[in-house]
Amino acid sequence: MKNMNSGAKAISGKSSLKDYLSGYNLFSYFNYIFLTIIVLVTIYPAYYVIVASISDPTELQRHTGLLLAPVGEITFAAYKLVFKNPMVLSGYMNTIFILVVGVTINLIMTIIGAYFLSIKNVMFKKYIMLFIIFTMYFSGGMIPGYLNIRDLHMLDSIWSLIIPGALSTTNLIIMRTAFVSVPDSLVEAAKIDGANHLKIMMKVMVPLTKATLAVMVLYYGVGHWNSWFSASIYLRSPSKLPLQLVLRNILLANQSGGMTGGVGLDEVSQLSDLIKYALIVVSTAPILVIYPFLQKFFTKGVMIGAVKE
Amino acid sequence: MKRNYGAYLLVLPVILYYIIFAYKPMYGAIIAFKDFSPGRGILGSHWAGNYGFEHFISFFNSYFFGRTLKNTLVISLSSLLFSFPAPIILALLLNEVKNKFFKRAVQTISYMPHFISLVVVCSLIKLFTADTGIVTYFLSMFGYDSGAMLSHPDLFVPVYVLSGIWQHVGWDSIIYLAALSGIDQSLYEAAKIDGANRWKQMIYITLPGISITIVILFILAIGGIMNVGYEKIILLYNPGIYETSDVISSFVYRKGLLESNWSFSAAVGLFNSVINFFMVVVFNKLSKKISGISLW
Repeated sequence: MKNMNSGAKAISGKSSLKDYLSGYNLFSYFNYIFLTIIVLVTIYPAYYVIVASISDPTELQRHTGLLLAPVGEITFAAYKLVFKNPMVLSGYMNTIFILVVGVTINLIMTIIGAYFLSIKNVMFKKYIMLFIIFTMYFSGGMIPGYLNIRDLHMLDSIWSLIIPGALSTTNLIIMRTAFVSVPDSLVEAAKIDGANHLKIMMKVMVPLTKATLAVMVLYYGVGHWNSWFSASIYLRSPSKLPLQLVLRNILLANQSGGMTGGVGLDEVSQLSDLIKYALIVVSTAPILVIYPFLQKFFTKGVMIGAVKE
Repeated sequence: MKRNYGAYLLVLPVILYYIIFAYKPMYGAIIAFKDFSPGRGILGSHWAGNYGFEHFISFFNSYFFGRTLKNTLVISLSSLLFSFPAPIILALLLNEVKNKFFKRAVQTISYMPHFISLVVVCSLIKLFTADTGIVTYFLSMFGYDSGAMLSHPDLFVPVYVLSGIWQHVGWDSIIYLAALSGIDQSLYEAAKIDGANRWKQMIYITLPGISITIVILFILAIGGIMNVGYEKIILLYNPGIYETSDVISSFVYRKGLLESNWSFSAAVGLFNSVINFFMVVVFNKLSKKISGISLW
């Protein structure tokens, strides 16, 4: 009875002090506070890195505890050094090349694969689906995979970062789900007009699934941008390394077996921490700046993927 | 049927891709049963002793078998215990937020770490848990002087799991939020009329409403229990803490790619792949039985 009462009051918008002190409201306040703490914990590392990257290096080393504002005189020296570093610049260029060429190939492969798997009444489709899905759950493993790339003479070639990852099975399934949802009547109409498969794919399917294609571009794009492991095992020439591997070599150098040699950043040891922070900012900013605008596409992908699950 | 030739032609690159980059390495995995030497190639290399199982036997008999198996399981189970419920709790809390702007802001920000590269995340972890790092500083305020956290074998798993929650809790909550938004709102109205308070509504309507999603994701998570990725491990660990941080996949990486112990590491990798495959098949069957929903 009491609950009904407070419910009715909440609906009418008039609530007394007693209602505010009721269990739910108390929970509500704690909820807001707790979620605010989560937000702060999530953003703080990013904030810390930005603030630290423009702080005075000696002051920063002496500082302990929470860093809320830049300490000492604000300096952009670390950024100047980062932008002058040839490895960082070539890393950026290599990553952009991999991103553009890689995503283009990813899209072509995903579209043709998904299109085939969405055709009704095509022979062997079931077997081809099984053939593809099986690879999601079983693989030859890291070592045979590496030896395969070596046998294909792709070691130390930037293509080793593009071709072996030309297709992601998860994304293929997401794309297929989108194609399947295109109304049959449109496909039938195109067939009556004499359209072949290539035409149906390009003129009917692709234009009707632009939102999912945007999701694909983002997923593949983020994947290429963040990828470092393949490059670390396949590439040797310093000039070919993508940005993330350059970062790994500089930021986590202490465990990378002296690969920092020739990077040219450690000559300025006093600035070395600052350079790390500046590097993190420079390499992460592009994604974080575009991310809020594209968030709805990213989350849409999760929903489409969930349909299958 | 005739018009479908074009379709097969179209899909050919995809088939070739899977043959060359997925099935050929599966064939290549037979080096696990051989004494592979790069000069002789896969076919030309001699079969290993003990009917080809030499490398498996030497792995099972080695000190590393127990250590990597234990670490893999400890890391997986800790993740299951802490990382699995976290996004469910976050989704339930977000679901109670009535202020739309606040809710959107929390969502946008909590998804963000998912897009930060692993290299950067691991650098941040190392910087913050170093002996002068901010996490270490806060722990020392509570009387726990650890020094550099990642040089302590006991602290690797907590650092790994907690940073994992930081990375993924927001993103992983999306699927639960979707399930929550699918709950029929009239159920809540009916419950209110019946006098159920918010807490009871959560127990009797909200949780049952997302229970299928929870069960499926839980079963899948158990299915992947032997599958701990190597990337984050090899970015974070160091020889001083191998005893708690070296998992099967990172061991394969070190033995194979750093020490060129091809056949042995391929055997360890194959052992792991086979177990993973059976786990997924078994737990997928279980999911199908319980919820009628399966991966394929």
